[in-house]
Amino acid sequence: MAANSDFLLQFQEFDSSESHLGGIGDATTISIEDTAAGSHNPQKQRRSAPVTSFEEDNDPLANDDKTELLSGQKKSAPFWTFEYYQRFFDVETHQVRRRILGSLLPWPGKNFVHLYIHNNPDLYGPFWICATLVFVIAICGNISDFLVFLGEPQYKYVPEFRKVTIAATAIYSYAWLVPLALWGLLVWRNSKVMNVVSYSFLEIVCVYGYSLAVYIPAVVLWIIPYEAVRWLSIVVALCLSGSVLVLTFWPAVRDDQPRVAIAIMTAVVALHVLLAFGCKAYFFSTLEVKHTAVDAVAGHGTKSPPTTKIQ
Amino acid sequence: MAEVEETGKLMFADLSDVSISGDIPVQGEINVPVGTPSQDKEYSTLDEPVKDTILRDLKAVGKKFVHVMYPKKSSALLRDWDLWGPLLLCVTLALMLQGGSVDRKDDGGPQFAEVFVIIWFGSVIITLNSKLLGGTISFFQSLCVLGYCIMPLTVAMVVCRLVLLGGSWGFSFIVRLIVVTASFSWSTFASTAFLADSQPPNRKALVVYPVFLFYFVIGWMILTFSPSA
Repeated sequence: MAANSDFLLQFQEFDSSESHLGGIGDATTISIEDTAAGSHNPQKQRRSAPVTSFEEDNDPLANDDKTELLSGQKKSAPFWTFEYYQRFFDVETHQVRRRILGSLLPWPGKNFVHLYIHNNPDLYGPFWICATLVFVIAICGNISDFLVFLGEPQYKYVPEFRKVTIAATAIYSYAWLVPLALWGLLVWRNSKVMNVVSYSFLEIVCVYGYSLAVYIPAVVLWIIPYEAVRWLSIVVALCLSGSVLVLTFWPAVRDDQPRVAIAIMTAVVALHVLLAFGCKAYFFSTLEVKHTAVDAVAGHGTKSPPTTKIQ
Repeated sequence: MAEVEETGKLMFADLSDVSISGDIPVQGEINVPVGTPSQDKEYSTLDEPVKDTILRDLKAVGKKFVHVMYPKKSSALLRDWDLWGPLLLCVTLALMLQGGSVDRKDDGGPQFAEVFVIIWFGSVIITLNSKLLGGTISFFQSLCVLGYCIMPLTVAMVVCRLVLLGGSWGFSFIVRLIVVTASFSWSTFASTAFLADSQPPNRKALVVYPVFLFYFVIGWMILTFSPSA
């Protein structure tokens, strides 16, 4: 009897959950307690589904974020208090910097949300990147107009301020309404087909916001009035930010029917392309537009008929 | 009860041979501190002439202007915040940005309301951002600091208007560019000097960047101001 009670009273070492679930193929094992045990992570990575939160063994700083998150409590306050919104600004300078760099250099296999967001989506990045982009587009569009029309006597320089409001409407609605639509779509598909990966609304907003960061240097390059430079920069920017979006959302839709998956990805990429080319066409005039404008003002066609194609 | 008496008698047993002869007169003074009406007179400003009131407020505003011109880490701007100075500067700036191309239907420059909205809405957004990131500064103190630090840019606007009298392009553009750049960096530096202490240490850059963007946009509006032909 004493032996029995001793057996019951002694602390029993249980096997880790991995061995219990070893028979199940794609189970994702997430253990909260052993954040310091780096040796467990590669095992989990190999055994569980490829899309997990533990892909950052090559990223030494990622463990800092994880330990901060898992050790601190996430207080949930009601949504009408200030503290509720402070949750979304719980980032530090180095985290924001890493997220921006991660969106500039996408790599196949590295999911932006899992690698950089770590269940800590922030609203700082999307909001201020969009604000910066709005003002950069308006200012650079103004400068490029000035450079294109330089020397024309009929052209009077005006700072076109209403373009700021147009740019703000376009960029903010793209960065906030498209994620809303995409999130709704993914939730609807999730109810029909069980997906392994699903994102919250704020994570999608984060991805879209940070993916716009690569446009800021591209827009600055659009000041140069040569079409070759502008085309090169827009293509490079589109590839980088488009691939961030594609790499993020492909795991969320690939378990769906192939037609639906392709349709969703095509829509995501198409909207992105539309934004880039729309901004370029509306805010940045080109040398050909200058020639048509000058010819129209002059009243008579010159040697060659004015080109009507606007690039 | 009897026990109490017993213990009382025991306690005072050694004092029993002390005799008090007669009444000992108690001497001294009793002062009851009455709330003096003269203290109230210092804080009540209802009876003073209006000139004194206005001059006192103007002096406070002027002192804060001096603090912005020579930014040191002093807490005077934060302690006695007021919004008169920012209002004055904002209205002056918005009015001075209006003089361009009034005869044209579409002058392209910012309207008065646009400048006003940008300055105040921008200040509110930056203050909210700093508070959401965990800053300890109060809402109106931050508005006060951001508004007062527009002063270098207003001075730059005045200088630009004067320089524009001598022509729009070439040398005057270079001068305007230098003046606006210097005043924009001065504004950013001054507001950072006042706001820096209230931010958490590893988020300082996150708070300073929107301030930089704000003054950059205002500086851009000043630089691109083009008067009517």
